[in-house]
Amino acid sequence: MSASSLRLPLLTFVVSVLLWQAVVMLFKVPNYLLPSPLEIAALIPARGGDLLSALLVTGGEALGGFLASAVVGIAVGLFFSVSPLVRRCFYPYVVLLQTIPIIAISPLILLWLGNGSLSVSFISFLISLPAVIVNTTQGLISIETNLLNVFRMGNASLWAVLFKLRLPHALPNISVGLKIAAGASVVGALVGETFAGASALGAGGLGYSAIYALSQLDTPYLFAVILTSSLLGLVFFWGVVMFERLAVGKWHESILSERLD
Amino acid sequence: MMPTSEVLPSVADFISISTLSKRYPHSKPVIEDFSLRIAAGEFVSLLGASGCGKSTLLAMIAGLTGTSAGSIHIDGRPPAHARELMSFVFQDPALLPWRTVAGNVSLSLEFAGRSKSTRAARIAEVLELVGLQDVAGYYPRELSGGMKMRASLARALASTPRLMLMDEPFGALDEMTRNRLNEELLALKARQRWTTLFVTHSISEAVFLSDRILLMGGNPAERLREIRVSLPMPRTAALRSTPLFLSLVGEVSMALAMMAGMPT
Repeated sequence: MSASSLRLPLLTFVVSVLLWQAVVMLFKVPNYLLPSPLEIAALIPARGGDLLSALLVTGGEALGGFLASAVVGIAVGLFFSVSPLVRRCFYPYVVLLQTIPIIAISPLILLWLGNGSLSVSFISFLISLPAVIVNTTQGLISIETNLLNVFRMGNASLWAVLFKLRLPHALPNISVGLKIAAGASVVGALVGETFAGASALGAGGLGYSAIYALSQLDTPYLFAVILTSSLLGLVFFWGVVMFERLAVGKWHESILSERLD
Repeated sequence: MMPTSEVLPSVADFISISTLSKRYPHSKPVIEDFSLRIAAGEFVSLLGASGCGKSTLLAMIAGLTGTSAGSIHIDGRPPAHARELMSFVFQDPALLPWRTVAGNVSLSLEFAGRSKSTRAARIAEVLELVGLQDVAGYYPRELSGGMKMRASLARALASTPRLMLMDEPFGALDEMTRNRLNEELLALKARQRWTTLFVTHSISEAVFLSDRILLMGGNPAERLREIRVSLPMPRTAALRSTPLFLSLVGEVSMALAMMAGMPT
């Protein structure tokens, strides 16, 4: 991301924070309803360490879920593209997976995998997975007939078609899937933690901290947790954007048109 | 019963198509009982309205579509076993957008199993032939329509085919670009001596390029007329304004108009 493309969003951020501070001061909003930005910032010296350790716990869990969904999702997409039969048998269930309310099955996952980070990562993985599979499959199979014919005329092997045609063709779609998964994996980890709570070591993540802060009516800390969570989501998203630039930056319209702005 | 000489490809014929039919289930045949012989080095155009089965015929010769009856032989071999002899130039350039021009040309050499070092030399050679040597590192989206088609042509030429199957390759280009590419195509062919089967619906293009024009039409498709183009080689841009060329174009359009008037 270039400096100039950051300037406007940054300006929006600064103005919003100033506005927020002004509203709280002007209307004397009680801090258990809406703490001011200054008050939240003032928490950092005393409780920054707690926040950081919670961030690392949740970040690790979400990263595990995200990476697993990327690997499994792309692999499943590859299988789907190679065998239309497999695709027809299983694709509807991928869509179904998307509609299962994770909240409803989270207790079940805890029952199976125990109370801890593994369960949280698994929930994060489940929430992220469908987007990766659906987008990857879409990109792998929607190939112009004549591009396929070029490979057929060359008597290309199944491998050549897969790795020289289908996979590069799907990279923009995979990026879209991974972007959705990046956000979803953080949400998944937070949701998972509200069920799994603190691990055996007592190191709760951001989701656990949020629940705890709410129970204490510690609204300023709750806000600090929320902001830290969004920061985590942003970092994940930014990671995928970097991957996208590397993978398709030179040739795909979505990136190139952005550059022309 | 056919005489045997009709069925077996003779030595002189590079392409031999005999009593070919193509039908899809639950519909009228697209092509029925179609026979054609093409000598090595000939440039034959299939000219006719869209949807008359020309492209289907080309796809069958390439082995991209199956036949329902009859036989196709290329240099004595069925299409599926003659792929390494031929190159197909499609209606759209069909370039991989994530590969540069050089990378796209490299593709057909990779299929042929050439080593990396021989590929580089051949890519440079072919890009020079089509005049793209200065844009070897460009991506397809950075090229004009004409340049994309040249890149597509370069990819087809790279594997030194003996048969070029071309399915309205210049159909989407403006007329000036199309004319220039026609001239360059003939110049290339004069040097490389490949056999060409060229599908088009442009009369002047067919006349300019061909040794023989097959007027296709009807339902199922058949060869309605065959016109030999005895214009001398080499043919250059100036040819297009000669009375001989214009009268040939007139003759072909008359024939097409008469065909259009016939019940199909």
